[in-house]
Amino acid sequence: MRYFAKKILTLIMTLFLVSAAAFLAFQVIPGDVVTSILGTEATPEREEQLREQLGLSKPPVIRYFSWAADVLRGDLGVSYRYSKNMTEMMPVAELIGDKLPVTLYLAALSLAFILVFSIPLGVIWAKSRSRLLDAFFGVTTQAAMALPSFFLGILVTYVCGIVLHLFAPGGYVSYQKDFWGFLRYLLFPALSVAIPKIAMTARFLRNALLTELSADYVRTAYGKGCTGRRVMYCHVLRNALMPVLTFLGMIIAEIVAGSIVIEQVFGLPGIGRLLVSSVSTRDFPVVEILILYITFVVIFVYFLVDILYRVVDPRISEK
Amino acid sequence: MDTPSVRPGPSAPRARKANLYLAAGLVMTGLAVSLGVLGLFWTPYSTTAMSVPDRFAPPSLAHPFGTDNFGRDIFSRVMQGMGTTVCISVLVVLASAAAGVLLGAFTGYFGGLLDEVVMRFTDAVNGFPSILLALVMISLLGNGRQNLILSLSIVFVPSYVRIVRSEYLRLRDADYICRARLMGVNRLRVLFVHILPNILPVLSVSLLIGLNNAILAESGMSYLGIGIQPPEASLGNMLSDAQGYLQAAPWYALAPGLSIVWLVLGFSLFGEGIRRGGV
Repeated sequence: MRYFAKKILTLIMTLFLVSAAAFLAFQVIPGDVVTSILGTEATPEREEQLREQLGLSKPPVIRYFSWAADVLRGDLGVSYRYSKNMTEMMPVAELIGDKLPVTLYLAALSLAFILVFSIPLGVIWAKSRSRLLDAFFGVTTQAAMALPSFFLGILVTYVCGIVLHLFAPGGYVSYQKDFWGFLRYLLFPALSVAIPKIAMTARFLRNALLTELSADYVRTAYGKGCTGRRVMYCHVLRNALMPVLTFLGMIIAEIVAGSIVIEQVFGLPGIGRLLVSSVSTRDFPVVEILILYITFVVIFVYFLVDILYRVVDPRISEK
Repeated sequence: MDTPSVRPGPSAPRARKANLYLAAGLVMTGLAVSLGVLGLFWTPYSTTAMSVPDRFAPPSLAHPFGTDNFGRDIFSRVMQGMGTTVCISVLVVLASAAAGVLLGAFTGYFGGLLDEVVMRFTDAVNGFPSILLALVMISLLGNGRQNLILSLSIVFVPSYVRIVRSEYLRLRDADYICRARLMGVNRLRVLFVHILPNILPVLSVSLLIGLNNAILAESGMSYLGIGIQPPEASLGNMLSDAQGYLQAAPWYALAPGLSIVWLVLGFSLFGEGIRRGGV
């Protein structure tokens, strides 16, 4: 229990530090927000009014705390670039709201692909006695790991979209309209995110399996008459999955990054694309919230991995 | 993008395979790097001159990779792009490794408060995908080649700190280091003359992995439009241009894409060869 309390405290501390660092960093860089929204032609009165409205006249530290308090209350601030209509500025929450599910489903689908394909592949590879199969797996995984996700995305678009007509490149259906059609559009992007990670995970699992296979308990299991299948699935695989779990935590963080790029390739309206466009237009309120959100997801995933570790291997919490 | 430390499998004749990896890696990277460096100074065609009648010419003897939407020779642009990518990646790796070695050496050898602070920081940064950090850095610094190099260098420092620190921690109490200390060797000399050469095998492999990560990150950023800006050729921004013409000119996307794969594959085979063979 004490352990979890400590973990949650660290999580909160990290979020605080990341948000403060991000917020203050965006304050010190050159460039005036008000001028960039209104242009250089605006009257001083209008500038003053906007500055007051955005709360920019107070010192940065005070602004950070009022911003943090707003965020905790659920008010994420307004975007500098997008506006709802002529008079109102676009709230960040609204901007992000309908983009979040796209990225989440994309990440979940990619993770599903990784789990479904990499575990059997790793097991088959570790079990293979043939030199040829071993070399084949070695070369394919090495090649798949060298493929940058955006190039893979373009290849998938070309092969599956333009040559085989499996989907319309650049097309997209909103999940609110047609959920299954939406998933169909996510299928190929998810595959592009997943393929290099499948190769990495299969490679990692294979090596973990080979290490485990030479352990003493495997000989014991065979000695008491277990079949090869039983030894593999009930003894070795369970133990080999331990390091893979940590590795998967890292992979999930990578999926988040991969989907940023892949959304750009396939034209999906997710938070990755929003992040890239906000970075290039320097729309800081949006960038800040997205950084905070992604930080939270990444830390939370590591946290979950930690808990899973303890569930899978109770010895850890006894230590 | 960090490749996990893969333990070598128990099978296979080690030495012969190592040579094969090393040879393949050396040939691939040698070819790519020399073409790229040549491309920075000389290319068969101009990389910016446009010629409308030559638009979308398929690969031929005159244009080995075909031409793009402005009629520019893709081979020349790939050469230049490869040169730019390799140069930036090498600079990034050198800068981040130098900083990483300095920080890692001091924290690993001396420990203490500095160690604690630096390690907490690198732990936090290491968990994050590098392209995300670089994106944030670019949003702070603004676009441009110098900022790209600077932000990627900063982003990659923690990975070196971790590796170098653990090596210094391992060697700190080795017998020959204790002897050196007993003999009254200056601390800095112990750090950089006695220990550093002994971590070079480990460091060189991580330099090559780092080079790959830098190549992928640079081309990824240029693809997203926040790295090298057109009309200057880079493998990433060529791919992003090519995407609009997949139907008309599939070779346009293939050339820069496969060049990235070639570079990355070459460097990882090279690294694998060093790791297995132990140079």
